[in-house]
Amino acid sequence: MPEVSPAPAVACAATRRRKVPTHMSASPDRTALLAELQAALSADAVLRGAEDLRPYECDGLSVLRELPLCVVLPVDREGVRAVLQICQRHGVAVVPRGAGTGLSGGARPIRDAVLLSLARLHHIIAIDRENRTARVQPGVRNLAISEAARPLGLYYAPDPSSQIACSIGGNVAENSGGVHCLKYGLTVHNLLELDVLTATGETLRIGSQALDSPGYDLLALMTGSEGLLGVVTECTVRLLPVPEHVLVLLAAFSSVEAAAESVSAIIAAGIIPAGLEMMDRLAIEAAEDFVHAGYPRDAAAILLCELDGPAVELEERVREVETLLQRHGAGAIRIAEDAATRLLLWKGRKAAFPAVGRLAPDYYCMDGTIPRQRLAEVLGRITAWSAEYGLRVANVFHAGDGNLHPLILYDANAEGQLHAAEEFGRRILELCVAVGGSVTGEHGVGVEKLDSMCVQFNAAELAQLHRIKHAFDPEGRLNPGKAVPSLHRCAELGAMHVHHGQLPFPELERF
Amino acid sequence: MCIMASCLSPNWSVFDIDQSQTLQVAVQEAHARSQPLAIRGGGSKTFYGRQTPAGDLLDLGGHRGIIDYAPNELFITLRAGTSLQALEAQLAEAGQMLPFEPPHFGPAATIGGTLACGFSGPRRPYAGSARDTVLGMRILNGQGEILRFGGQVMKNVAGYDVSRLMVGALGTLGVLLEVSLKVLPRPDSTVTLVRPMDPVTAIQRMNHWAGQPLPLSATAYDGEHLYVRLSGTGSAVRAAQTRLGGERLPDAEAAAFWVALREQRHVFFQGDAPLWRLAVAPATPPLPLAGQTLIEWGGGQRWLRGARDATALRQLAAEHGGHATLFRGGDRRGEVFHPLTPPLLAMQQRLKAAFDPRAILNSGRLYATL
Ligand SMILES: Cc1cc2nc3c(=O)[nH]c(=O)nc-3n(C[C@H](O)[C@H](O)[C@H](O)COP(=O)(O)OP(=O)(O)OC[C@H]3O[C@@H](n4cnc5c(N)ncnc54)[C@H](O)[C@@H]3O)c2cc1C
Ligand SMILES: Cc1cc2nc3c(=O)[nH]c(=O)nc-3n(C[C@H](O)[C@H](O)[C@H](O)COP(=O)(O)OP(=O)(O)OC[C@H]3O[C@@H](n4cnc5c(N)ncnc54)[C@H](O)[C@@H]3O)c2cc1C
Repeated sequence: MPEVSPAPAVACAATRRRKVPTHMSASPDRTALLAELQAALSADAVLRGAEDLRPYECDGLSVLRELPLCVVLPVDREGVRAVLQICQRHGVAVVPRGAGTGLSGGARPIRDAVLLSLARLHHIIAIDRENRTARVQPGVRNLAISEAARPLGLYYAPDPSSQIACSIGGNVAENSGGVHCLKYGLTVHNLLELDVLTATGETLRIGSQALDSPGYDLLALMTGSEGLLGVVTECTVRLLPVPEHVLVLLAAFSSVEAAAESVSAIIAAGIIPAGLEMMDRLAIEAAEDFVHAGYPRDAAAILLCELDGPAVELEERVREVETLLQRHGAGAIRIAEDAATRLLLWKGRKAAFPAVGRLAPDYYCMDGTIPRQRLAEVLGRITAWSAEYGLRVANVFHAGDGNLHPLILYDANAEGQLHAAEEFGRRILELCVAVGGSVTGEHGVGVEKLDSMCVQFNAAELAQLHRIKHAFDPEGRLNPGKAVPSLHRCAELGAMHVHHGQLPFPELERF
Repeated sequence: MCIMASCLSPNWSVFDIDQSQTLQVAVQEAHARSQPLAIRGGGSKTFYGRQTPAGDLLDLGGHRGIIDYAPNELFITLRAGTSLQALEAQLAEAGQMLPFEPPHFGPAATIGGTLACGFSGPRRPYAGSARDTVLGMRILNGQGEILRFGGQVMKNVAGYDVSRLMVGALGTLGVLLEVSLKVLPRPDSTVTLVRPMDPVTAIQRMNHWAGQPLPLSATAYDGEHLYVRLSGTGSAVRAAQTRLGGERLPDAEAAAFWVALREQRHVFFQGDAPLWRLAVAPATPPLPLAGQTLIEWGGGQRWLRGARDATALRQLAAEHGGHATLFRGGDRRGEVFHPLTPPLLAMQQRLKAAFDPRAILNSGRLYATL
């Protein structure tokens, strides 16, 4: 498994603050609520003072901040259930939180709501060697599962760059991916069973220890539901055998188009690499300055291609890939066979976000997906807009699966730059939808992409999503106001948008 | 690069018919009159699910055609009434396949029916299920609204994962109109090994191997022999073959064996006796059951014949982390799928109502109250 960057900054350090809408209007009986929470949990499990709450005021999207009513830190499922039941009695909303590395504001607190941290449910309950599964609590860190399984020759495949810090519960809630998901799938493809508590504290056991389960596929529905449908209190994940051999090719290109064509050529040849990542010049320079991975600074784009399998197969494959890369204009190609070089090559990619973060006071990480064949066109438009807004952009791309991460550099203290960055970002996401992609590949909608959701879905689709939410949480108390925008919001904002060639919201009353 | 219709065989366009509008009107009218509908693809899987009172037929068989196929992007988008056979032929032409190796259960099988049933074949434990393959869908909900969820890209977390929710719902949540699926290159080389074995060892072996980096693509145990299929590059398959040993089945015989198993034409499946499917944690040792058990999916899928005590069977399956389905035959007016716990059933009923408030879509096919 590739190495990871240092732990991402999860606490909210800066001082910038911005007003965000809240969704609880009634003022709850705070004192009684806090007393009940304290009685149900241990004394140190309820945080209420402003200084104690400060580290929780945002997630990885630090520009959106809010202080919650309180933070609760139960240590087991019964504690979580007690919190949910108490909150229900008081009609108070609950925001679940894992490690707070989310990049879309999903775990951002809501004023007048309880922030429910799952961080203290952090035990690996069992690893089943014969069935190749791990049963874990939601606060277990992603990487910890693979570390625990490693002595058995097994690992947990989805590996977000934040894997050293992010929790498996957060991974489930976001359906997180990683650099290996082209071959090994997303979180949803590697889950077997979940224990979920609903907003009222009722237990739902979803999925099974077998390969499927009866009734509707709630496992799929729960994965990626951003904490709106239930609180994950336990999960069983699938473990895979550690590949026999792994090697990484690094190829430099003089144009982004050539790099993109190489990706298509590799896949057209029937090869599914374990990882296939692209970086553009600014991202290369930033990574090189930061971790000295030996990336070629003069390249317009680099491609990292990881192959895994038996040694005999890799010997053939690597020659095949090398030939394809050369035929598509790759300059220097480096092949890393030993673990140390391989990890070094990955380190630059995995540290790309913090590396780019050093280039400017702030950056805004986008997460659109596009059909790969539209890459050159999309990057061309981004470059043009970059000049228009006067904001630099570094591009990191999960090239195999079309997931683009443009990082927009800005300075929030400079007049108007934050606003420009946000507008720029929204235009990128609208472009992703226009070329047949999605506004979010793996970071989720959270609070950040609510407006962009209005571009991707029409009113009937959004209404269907709200009806699903209502089936799970009729009172709308779990992470309210996140992930799915209200029709009202879209109508106000989107009067201008045309969706799938239809008029926007023709069926909605005007007010 | 191959985009849109340019890479499709010419014979496709002749039969391509988009019936979305007609189907939408039919569902809207049924909704207005609260008239139950029976959704039908090719009718190859009418044996599956519960027997329900006849509803008005909603025929998807004419709604067919491939809309977009980009082999280099590893996806295909097609109408739900497209025949599975035609789809697989199209993919094979480009050297690709559906990863989940679906059973057809008849030449009329459509991709929509296959996904509605959630059927996967021998490759399932090693390459993912029908649901894993879905990237996006256009559906009609019970109010006759056309809704699109997911897309053609591998990664998409905007909104709840409604398209994967449709897989296995037996048409009770929505009518599948269009589906986008992930496709994979066909392996260069495939070898099947066979060896006589006792059941305890067979289950142990299948699970021991699954924990090692071997190019497994199917496993089965018929009560006497363990069958192992290896697929991948020639060199990887050869290396694994040397390591595992066992007798190599001639290719034609091997191919016929896996198709017979997938299509339930293997001798085990002959006759009219009820067919039960147990899904359990794969390493579960042989279960104390009378009669022969046919084992697939590395131990995860087990077939039984004959009239059984449903309650006892279900309890046994649940004890091993799974569930039991009356797959074919028997009394299909009762529940054929494993009973859900009361909170799960209540949740699923609310979900059904969220999609199909007047319960007109295949109602009662999955469970009496769904
Ligand atoms: C440097 C960096 C790199 C990243 N790289 C990647 C990447 O490569 N791929 C990727 O997919 N993501 C990436 N991310 C995003 C983030 O790490 C993932 O979304 C991760 O899954 C979030 O996990 P978390 O535990 O931090 O969740 P949080 O941020 O705490 O919460 C995320 C969401 O999940 C909900 N939630 C959390 N726990 C539960 C629970 N137990 N039950 C119900 N809901 C819950 C929250 O309410 C919230 O909506 C990256 C982030 C950073 C900072
Ligand atoms: C269809 C088929 C049937 C076969 N039947 C037999 C047979 O009946 N008897 C036989 O000796 N060989 C049999 N083999 C060959 C045997 O499986 C191989 O020699 C072995 O799998 C290769 O070693 P390994 O790398 O898997 O073993 P290693 O990982 O090196 O393990 C050493 C030995 O212990 C066995 N072993 C390890 N863990 C387990 C476990 N959890 N459960 C069961 N066994 C375990 C392995 O099979 C192996 O023989 C069969 C091969 C095939 C293809």
